[in-house]
Amino acid sequence: MSVFVIRRLMQSIAVLVVTALIVFLGVYAIGDPIEMLISHDASPAERAQVILSLGLDRPLWQQFFTFCWNALHGDLGRSFVFNKPTITLIFERLPATLELTLTGLVFALALGIPLGLISGLKPNSVTDEAIMTGSILGFSLPGFWQGMMLIMIFSVWLGWLPSTGRGEMGSFLGIHSSLFTLDGLKHLILPAINLSLFKLSLVIRLTRTGVRETMPLDFVKFARAKGISERRIVFVHVLKNILIPLITVIGMELGSMLAFAVVTETIFAWPGIGKLLIDSIMRLDRPVVVAYLLVIVSLFILINFAVDILYSLIDPRVRLGDQS
Amino acid sequence: MTQPVLDVRNLSTHFPTRRGVIKAVDDVSFQVGQREIVGLVGESGSGKSITGFSILGLVDPPGRVVSGSIRFQGEELTGLPQKAMRTIRGKRIAMIFQDPMMTLNPVLSVGTQMIETVLAHDNVSRAEARARSRDALGLVGIPSPDERLDAYPHQFSGGMRQRVAIAIALLHRPELIIADEPTTALDVTIQSQILFEIKRLANEFSMALIWISHDLGVVAALADRVMVMYAGKIVEAGPVDDVLARPAHPYTVGLMQAIPAAVPRGEPLKPIPGMAPSPLARPSGCAFRDRCDRATDICATPPALDLSEAREWRCFHPKEWRAA
Ligand SMILES: Nc1ncnc2c1ncn2[C@@H]1O[C@H](COP(=O)(O)OP(=O)(O)OP(=O)(O)O)[C@@H](O)[C@H]1O
Ligand code: SF4
Ligand SMILES: [Mg+2]
Repeated sequence: MSVFVIRRLMQSIAVLVVTALIVFLGVYAIGDPIEMLISHDASPAERAQVILSLGLDRPLWQQFFTFCWNALHGDLGRSFVFNKPTITLIFERLPATLELTLTGLVFALALGIPLGLISGLKPNSVTDEAIMTGSILGFSLPGFWQGMMLIMIFSVWLGWLPSTGRGEMGSFLGIHSSLFTLDGLKHLILPAINLSLFKLSLVIRLTRTGVRETMPLDFVKFARAKGISERRIVFVHVLKNILIPLITVIGMELGSMLAFAVVTETIFAWPGIGKLLIDSIMRLDRPVVVAYLLVIVSLFILINFAVDILYSLIDPRVRLGDQS
Repeated sequence: MTQPVLDVRNLSTHFPTRRGVIKAVDDVSFQVGQREIVGLVGESGSGKSITGFSILGLVDPPGRVVSGSIRFQGEELTGLPQKAMRTIRGKRIAMIFQDPMMTLNPVLSVGTQMIETVLAHDNVSRAEARARSRDALGLVGIPSPDERLDAYPHQFSGGMRQRVAIAIALLHRPELIIADEPTTALDVTIQSQILFEIKRLANEFSMALIWISHDLGVVAALADRVMVMYAGKIVEAGPVDDVLARPAHPYTVGLMQAIPAAVPRGEPLKPIPGMAPSPLARPSGCAFRDRCDRATDICATPPALDLSEAREWRCFHPKEWRAA
């Protein structure tokens, strides 16, 4: 097990280094870093100072080294607009995005797995057809359109839920989140649904396919021949097998949810990193964009790592290090 | 005469399909006596497995038992509600499947899969269930059973997995075990070990055994009585030694001439000509008609069951018996 963890850790670090190289090359080597990283209204003295501090006058490999060194120390440059370290800016906004993404994910799983089970256990029934049709809508209607419809129906027409902002924050066990106040929850519902509809459809389909593929297998029949109840067969024997592909895909999708939060956060004016990214692009605040890329990639890597660990916990065949 | 363990009368199990009804089991009657080992032999697709599944009420939809009676220790099993059926499965009638690689759930430990079988029928503590599982593993010759309970199926060889399946079948000391080609997927030495083991255990626990196989040689070594199945019907049955010495039905003769060990040295093996008929397009009358070298016009009408002492067959022109 620990061999497995260490190996995955090494791989993660390698990916991170490669990403840093690509971002570095994109900004420093292909583009003009002076143009990219120094504000247009900076004075010549300021320019000279930044050029010196970033080492832009030195050879490329030295610059990369400096870039990595600074990044390791949490220095990813300063925002032009806020005049703050970009990393501070991102970490201020990250909790809002994580809150949104995780709520969306929980929603997609909590609803998607049961619906997928219902569908898969009674294929081609009326319920199954209804669920499948719904999931096709979830797949095919663009996210921003779904978002606008949600706002129109629940905020404009019915007036039940607010459509912008994060609402009041509460604090529980030292964590600040809008999950802990009623107002915060109200603000969270629509954007979370918007963000999760696509994933919900995906979870439903994955679960349904998994059930359909697993139910005819010999071990299910053998479990029945042992006299195991149908409930235990579905929720233990079958579900545990389905969790394997589900976790793989969800792990990958969690990353894309973080990235897609850009659209949802823009529609619902949710103050997360997605909105920060869009605002920064609009205001040509390039250091923020660079930092965003690195942080997102790091998160991707972190999630993948967590998924691999989870995967090995669920699927005994993956625990490579534990036998020989 | 004592009551048979199992008394099957006129059992028919059909699969309605778009292209017609598949009569997988077609008017089958047989009995299994107390402590008796019965071999059920036939080519692939002849309906052996479906016969076994019919007894346990495990025929996959759309297939179902359309008529006939299955009496187990005097109790009618057809039409029994699922809940009542479940108290018999694994407890009083156990089944072992063909492919040991597929019968155990890959993501649950062997212990979990055994303990759940104990708990499905007996109201005992987990610790006691575990102890019983451990003893059962020891009984089938698995070394260090206590540790092996925590292992997963992929950590066992094929032969060991089949032993685990047998141990699971033995957990409740059933009155009847249906073994569906449990050694077919194993190599020859392991096959004979397992055969020997099962015979010993069946004897030790006074269990009746239905041994399904396409290999007449295996059945000869194991069974008291043999039933030969062809195209959903039992075409010949009787005490093993008697049937092998004086086969009546041309199909049985054909099966025997295809066993290497049964053919005298120097004489060629004679595989049965032609192929088993498609279950949707069986010849009228005797289904073996178009592969049979003794067939005459009368064979286009269904042959009735002939009985002579302990023997029975369905054929208009049985070998030897006519002359005798
Ligand atoms: N789910 C199903 N749907 C339709 N037909 C089926 C189904 N399962 C079995 N059959 C049919 O029932 C017939 C008998 O199948 P069965 O599995 O009992 O054969 P078998 O004698 O056990 O063969 P094998 O030696 O290959 O295991 C076959 O002709 C098959 O086509
Ligand atoms: S009934 Fe006729 S066709 Fe069928 S096995 Fe006997 S002789 Fe052959
Ligand atoms: Mg079979």
